[in-house]
Amino acid sequence: MADVTLKINGLPVTVPAGTTILDAANSVGIKIPTLCFLKDINAIGACRICVVEVKGARSLVASCVYPVAPNMEVFTNTPAVRKSRKTTLELILSTHDKKCLSCVRNQNCELQTLCNEYGVEDVDRFAGAKPEYEVEDSNPYLVRDNNKCVLCRRCVAVCRHNQGVGVIGANERGFATNIGAAFGLELKDVPCIACGQCIVHCPVGALRERDDTQKVWDAIADPEKHVVIAPAPSVRATLGECFDMPIGTNVEGKMVAAMHRLGFDAVVDVDVAADFTIMEEGTEFIKRLGGEGPLPLITSCSPGWVKYCEHYFPEFIPNLSSAKSPQGMYGALMKSYYAEKMGIDPAKICVVSVMPCTAKKFERTREQNLVDGMEDIDISITTRELSRMIKLAGLDFTALPDEEFDPIFGGATGAGHIFGATGGVMEAALRTVVEILEKKTMDNVEYHDVRGIEGIKEATYNVAGTEVKVAVVSGTANAGKLLTEIKEGKRNYHFIEIMACPGGCVNGGGQPLQSAYTRAHVDLKTLRAKALYSEDEACVFRKSHENPVVKKVYDEYLGEPGSHKAHHLLHTTYVARGK
Amino acid sequence: MGKSTISKIPFKGTAEQEQKLRDYIAANKDVQGSLMPIMQEAQEIYGYLPIEVQKIIADSLNIPLEEVYGVATFYAQFTLNPKGQYRIGVCLGTACYVKGSQNVFDKACSELGIGSGDVTDDGKFSLEATRCIGCCGLAPVMTVNDDVYGRLTADDVPKILAKYKDM
Repeated sequence: MADVTLKINGLPVTVPAGTTILDAANSVGIKIPTLCFLKDINAIGACRICVVEVKGARSLVASCVYPVAPNMEVFTNTPAVRKSRKTTLELILSTHDKKCLSCVRNQNCELQTLCNEYGVEDVDRFAGAKPEYEVEDSNPYLVRDNNKCVLCRRCVAVCRHNQGVGVIGANERGFATNIGAAFGLELKDVPCIACGQCIVHCPVGALRERDDTQKVWDAIADPEKHVVIAPAPSVRATLGECFDMPIGTNVEGKMVAAMHRLGFDAVVDVDVAADFTIMEEGTEFIKRLGGEGPLPLITSCSPGWVKYCEHYFPEFIPNLSSAKSPQGMYGALMKSYYAEKMGIDPAKICVVSVMPCTAKKFERTREQNLVDGMEDIDISITTRELSRMIKLAGLDFTALPDEEFDPIFGGATGAGHIFGATGGVMEAALRTVVEILEKKTMDNVEYHDVRGIEGIKEATYNVAGTEVKVAVVSGTANAGKLLTEIKEGKRNYHFIEIMACPGGCVNGGGQPLQSAYTRAHVDLKTLRAKALYSEDEACVFRKSHENPVVKKVYDEYLGEPGSHKAHHLLHTTYVARGK
Repeated sequence: MGKSTISKIPFKGTAEQEQKLRDYIAANKDVQGSLMPIMQEAQEIYGYLPIEVQKIIADSLNIPLEEVYGVATFYAQFTLNPKGQYRIGVCLGTACYVKGSQNVFDKACSELGIGSGDVTDDGKFSLEATRCIGCCGLAPVMTVNDDVYGRLTADDVPKILAKYKDM
């Protein structure tokens, strides 16, 4: 497309035709504040925070939707612009509850930041009627408080466009406009997949994870309880962000040290459970490839994806791997193998998981995951909740030493570590499956075709004479697209990895919050994933079947992968849920 | 959020109605911007847009139910409730309003326990605040189906409703 030259604040700027004023300004380092704007997802010019002056225009224009034109003169920081933005903020506050002190987003709120920047002093300038909403907390994973909602529709856009779900939207009109599900239904009664992408895109505190930290504190304080904690692969790649460390810093050692200091009786690693997932899922894949069971086999580690499948594509339930997710395997092994080894009554063990994910809070409530009537996981908290516990405990996180996981269930392979990124589960599975089928040690352990943050990736590998076609998908909207094309016969694969969140767990709904501006200008997913791939590279063992803990547990306890005992503990079933 | 807006009146749609709607959708689903015409047709067929009908529309167009519902609640022309056996209208047009029809309307609301656009749980009465209905000489005016009652005060409302309650 042809280029357009315009002036922004007197500076000549050349950008492709069709670029918005906002993007043009950003491209030369001029930041224009936004509230409703989400790059590539939500450009609706609704909030009026991004207004700018255009010479000759009748009124201020919304820069997020206004395209540039040749010789246009734009001013982003005039008295009229500043006054308008400030008034808009004051108007937003007129229906906002303004309970910042008790808000989970205090000091991490895009509205609060803007009010500070624009010098809003009188938060009641437009005091008057205010809508009052009940807080919705009927589900196990998230809480919606519309008294804090600014109607930016970012959650609506992500739910619909990235996730292909669309269970929430703007209802009613004018003053009564509110975001919610159809017919005032609660999220537990609509096909919400619990992914939490709405939370990480909310600029304010209207959406948050259900906070389960008090349950963890109570368990730690209970002398009868033996409390075990373990983090998911991607948590170590993101937790540092909550303590102002650069995005993509791997903080595994400090995280373990913090967990020890919080008072847990054992600190182990879900990455080891991820190695078990590969053993079970890999075995299942080899069986299915040999004709036992339907292909493609589709991974089941991501509970948001599993719930999406159950609601929207129940015809693919037979394709889901029956292997539990790493969280489920970790919990089941703690209450069986670990309990037996340690001589502790499983009923007295409280298993806590730290997850990048709100859907894991849902997963732990699945009755299909019960083993002998017992839940695998007692409490599932997100990365954000762990960071709050660390802060509350007064730990100076960045100054903590590096410590190691308890050896009984620590020391994962590189394959386990990369589970947290899109393509990671597929790569980990290939490392093991290929060696088993080829019956030899492979020199190459890296499968670059399945790495990277594209929504749909595919590759074909010749494994022991068979052309194995694989696909890797992240974001359930992409999953819907792929599954539809499979149904139509346009695509076919042997093995598919699907993760609910775009980019995989590193960009999960339970991960540290980053502003829309950071999300637009920093490649969050790649940086966070890099922390995991670097850890993998540094590992002595990079294949799940080489993990000494895995070998020991199978030898001493489970028998073979896919054994009766392994099935009893480590496999699950799924249920069609309806749209 | 908050209270469910699903109509408490049991859905009584017939197979013929559904077929009519499905035929209309089939003929129009690929037309850009067909959602609103389809919703209008559905309301024409059923008289209102209950969840059962909105689900048919959403599934046929392969869009989320919430998208249909968002449109249904944005535009005043769509209603989520069926009309009652007795459709009550209270005129809030200028002449009636200055003659105190707001009090009449409020009384009707409190007597029936519903607001404008709603229907009582037994399906007997629905209530609508209307614009001018053209008999300003009788202001303030209330209608029950085709019956017109004029020069009302709030105190008249219970007596009028009582006539229909047992009919």
